[in-house]
Amino acid sequence: MQNDIVLSMRGIGKTFPGVKALSNVDFTLRKGEIHALMGENGAGKSTLIKVLTGVYTKDAGQIFIDGVEGEVSIRSPQDAQKAGISTVYQEITLCPNLTVAENMFIGRGNDVLVDWKGMEKKAGAILENLGIPARPKQQLGSCSLAVQQMVAIARAVDMDCKVLILDEPTSSLDDKEVEMLFGLMRDLRSRGVGIIFVTHFLEQVYEVSDRITVLRNGELVGEYEIENLPQVELVAKMMGKELEELGELNREEKPEEDTAAPIYEAHGLSSAACTNPFDFAIRKGEVNGFTGLLGSGRSESVRAIFAADRVTGGTVTMNGKTMKIQKPIQAMKQGIGYLPEDRKDDGIIADLSVRDNIILALQVMKGFFRPFSQAEAEAFADEYIKALEIKTASSETPIKSLSGGNQQKVILARWLLTHPKYLILDEPTRGIDVGTKTEIQRLVRKLAEEGMSVTFISSEIEEMLRTCSRLIVMRDRHIVGQLRGQELTQSNVMRTIAGGAD
Amino acid sequence: MMRNNNLKRREPLTDTQLLLTITICIFFAMYGLAMLVWGGGFLRFQQVFDMLNNNAALIIVACGLTIVMIGGGIDISVGGVTALVVMSCIVHMNNGGSIVTAALLAVGIGLCFGLVHGFLISYLEIQPFIITLAGMFFARGMTTIVSLEPQKIAHEGFKALMKTKIEIPWLGYVAKKGNLIPARMEIGVVVALVVLIVVFIMLKKTRLGRGFYAIGGNSQSALMLGVNVKRTRFLSYLISGLLSGIAGFVFMMHTGAGNATNAAGAEMNAIASAIIGGTLLSGGVGNVIGTFFGVLTLTTIKAIVTTSGLRDPWWQSITTGAMLCFFILLQSVVLSQRAKKKAKAKELLKE
Repeated sequence: MQNDIVLSMRGIGKTFPGVKALSNVDFTLRKGEIHALMGENGAGKSTLIKVLTGVYTKDAGQIFIDGVEGEVSIRSPQDAQKAGISTVYQEITLCPNLTVAENMFIGRGNDVLVDWKGMEKKAGAILENLGIPARPKQQLGSCSLAVQQMVAIARAVDMDCKVLILDEPTSSLDDKEVEMLFGLMRDLRSRGVGIIFVTHFLEQVYEVSDRITVLRNGELVGEYEIENLPQVELVAKMMGKELEELGELNREEKPEEDTAAPIYEAHGLSSAACTNPFDFAIRKGEVNGFTGLLGSGRSESVRAIFAADRVTGGTVTMNGKTMKIQKPIQAMKQGIGYLPEDRKDDGIIADLSVRDNIILALQVMKGFFRPFSQAEAEAFADEYIKALEIKTASSETPIKSLSGGNQQKVILARWLLTHPKYLILDEPTRGIDVGTKTEIQRLVRKLAEEGMSVTFISSEIEEMLRTCSRLIVMRDRHIVGQLRGQELTQSNVMRTIAGGAD
Repeated sequence: MMRNNNLKRREPLTDTQLLLTITICIFFAMYGLAMLVWGGGFLRFQQVFDMLNNNAALIIVACGLTIVMIGGGIDISVGGVTALVVMSCIVHMNNGGSIVTAALLAVGIGLCFGLVHGFLISYLEIQPFIITLAGMFFARGMTTIVSLEPQKIAHEGFKALMKTKIEIPWLGYVAKKGNLIPARMEIGVVVALVVLIVVFIMLKKTRLGRGFYAIGGNSQSALMLGVNVKRTRFLSYLISGLLSGIAGFVFMMHTGAGNATNAAGAEMNAIASAIIGGTLLSGGVGNVIGTFFGVLTLTTIKAIVTTSGLRDPWWQSITTGAMLCFFILLQSVVLSQRAKKKAKAKELLKE
C-alpha cells in the first residue's frame, strides 16, 4: 500500500434480494484529498458508503485502512468510528435539544459524570480552531443547518478521523452556507484528512474536489483526476454513454407550432422546495420535458406548477387569464393533472380498490359530499381499465396487488378521467416493464395529438427524445437551456447538462 | 465564561431553561395573587408545607415520569404501582413485618415493574403507552388480590414514624389565642426533596442523565453519536419504577391506610405536573425543578378553587384541564415564536 493512501476498498460486492447493488468496486482515498463519489440514482454510491460505515455488511471484497494491519472488518457504525471513519449525513444526526458542546462530546468516553467546564472549553477551542461560528453553550437547534453540519464535522475531526464522509452535505444549504462548508473542507484537506464527498451538484464537485470516482449500475466506471475530466465527459460517464458513441437518433421532423398561444404560462414561479424562480410556458398539444441529473430541480419545478409544494412567488397565466394557483385543488380545477414521481407514497392509495383509485381525482373536484353512484363509478373504472388495458382481476381489486406498471396506468387513468388540458407526468415509466413503458410513451403522443399539453419527465434520455418535442434542461436548480427540433440529440442534451465547460 | 472571546455575550436560554422560567414565574404570580385576594391560609407558610405534605408522593412519582418523558417515553403505570406498594406494605407490616423489610418490599415491587416495562419497551420495542397501560391494570388488579378490604396500618413503630413531624418554629404563625404554631413538615417531604435533588443532579451532571435528553431529542441521532439508546431507555423506566415504589412508601407514611383506589389518577396528575413544569411530551426538553413547581402550581390551583367556594370536585378537574391546555398552548406558542425568530435572523443574514 502506498504511504499516502488512507483507505482502500478492493473488489467490493453487495447483493440485495434480486438486485446486484455493487459488484467488484474499487475505491481509493488518499491523505489530504477531496474525492467526489458520483453516480446517478441506483448507481451504488449510497450502498458503497453504507458498506464503509458498517450499516450494510459487504458480500465480497476487502477494506484496508492506513494504520491498521491487514483487512478491516466493519460490522457496525461503531466499528467504523473506531477505525477512524466518520460520516456526516445530509440529515443532521445531532440532537437539537442539547448544546453545541454536548453534541460534540456525548457518547464518547466512559466517565459517569459530565465535566461541563472542561467540555465547553475543549469545544470552544476546536470551534475556534476550525473557524466555526458557533458557541459551545448555544443550543444546537438555534444554529443554522450549515453550522449544525459543521459542528458534526468538528465532532468527527476531534474524534481523530482519517476518513470523513460527507453524504449530500449541501442539499439543504444556500450558496453562502455552501461556501462556508467548502472553506472548512479545504481547511481539513490541508490538515491531511481524506474526504469523500457525495453530491449531485456538478458545479460543487468541480469547485472543491481533487479526484472523482464514477459508479454506474453498481459497477466502477473509473477514477479520474479532476483536471482530466471535463464536465461533459463526467455526465456521459454517469449516464453510461461515451461521447463518440452518441449516434444521432433518427427522428422525424416534428412541426413547430410557434404560432399557437401558450395554454399555460408562468413567470418567476418558485416554491418552498424549488429555490430558484423560473419561467415556463407550454402550448396546446405540445409535449415538453424537463431533463437534468437527479436533484437538478426538474421534479421540484413541475411540482411548483401543480402547487404540490407551497408556492412562494410568481405569476401564472392560463389561456391569457391570470390565475392564482396556490393549492393542488386549484390547479386541478384549471385542468392541470399531475402524476407524481413517487408512485407509492404520493400516487396510489394502497388499500383502496382500482375503481376508487381511478375516480379519486374526479371525486375530489366534484366534492366528497356529492359521491358518484356505484354505477357511475363502475362505468368510469371499466372505461379506463379497457382503454389503458389495465391488467386487474376486477375493478374491486385493491391497487396494491397490481404490478407497478398497472398501478401507474391506474394513476394515469385517474388523471385522464378529469380530462385535463395540461398533464404533468413525472417519471411515469420508472420501475415498470418495457412493454408498458412503450405503451405509455405511445399514449402520451396520442394525447398530444388530441390536443392535450403534456410535460414528461424521465431519467432516460432516449425516452425523452422519443417523446418530447422540446426539452428544458436543468442543472443545479437552474434552467440552463432549451432544445427543440434538430437540436434534440443525446450529445446536445449532455453538453447542455454539463454546461459549456468542455 | 468571560475568559473566552467567543463567549462574551450571555447565552440565550435553552428551551428547557426558558420553559422552566415561565413555570416558576407563573407559580409565583398565581400564589401571590392568591395571597392578595384570598389571604388567610395562603399567607401562612404552613399552606406551602401542607401542599408538600399532601403531595410528597406525587412529587416523587412526577420526578420519575419526568425522566421517562425527557427520554421521549411515557409511563402511566405509576399510580397503580404506588397503590400496589401501599397495600402490600401495609399487609406485610400488619402480619408482623418490620419497617425495613416493608421499605425493601416497596423498592422491590417498583423495580420489578420498571424492569419489565423497560425490557419490553426498549429491547422488544413495544409502544410504551400500551405496555405501561397493561402495567397499570396489572398493578391495580394485584392490589385487590393482596387485599380486597381497605387496610389500616396497625404497626406501632410505623404509626410513630407517621406522626413524626419536623417542626420549624420560625416559619410558624401566631394563632388567635396568642400561642405560636410551628410549621410542620412530614418525613415524606424530606424523602421527596432528596429524590428531587438527586434526580436533578443526575439529569444535569451525569452521562446517563444527558443520555435521557439525547434519546428524547432524537433517538436516531443519539444512536449515531454513540449513546447506548436501548440501555438508556431501559434505565429511564427502571428509575421510574423505583421511584413509584418509593412514592408508595411515602404515600403510606402520609395516609397510613391501604385502599384499592389509592393514588387513583396519580399518573395523570404526575403527567400534568411534568407538562406544566415545562417537560415536553415529545421528549428531550424538561427539568425536575420545573416538575416540582408543576406539582405546586397544580396544587395551588386546586387550593384556589376550593378557597373561592367551588367545593364540588369537578371544579378542580375543570380548572386543572383548563390550566393544562393553557400551558401547552403557551409552550407551543413560545417555542414556535423562537423558531420564527431564528428563521427571520437567517433571512436577515442572507441579505
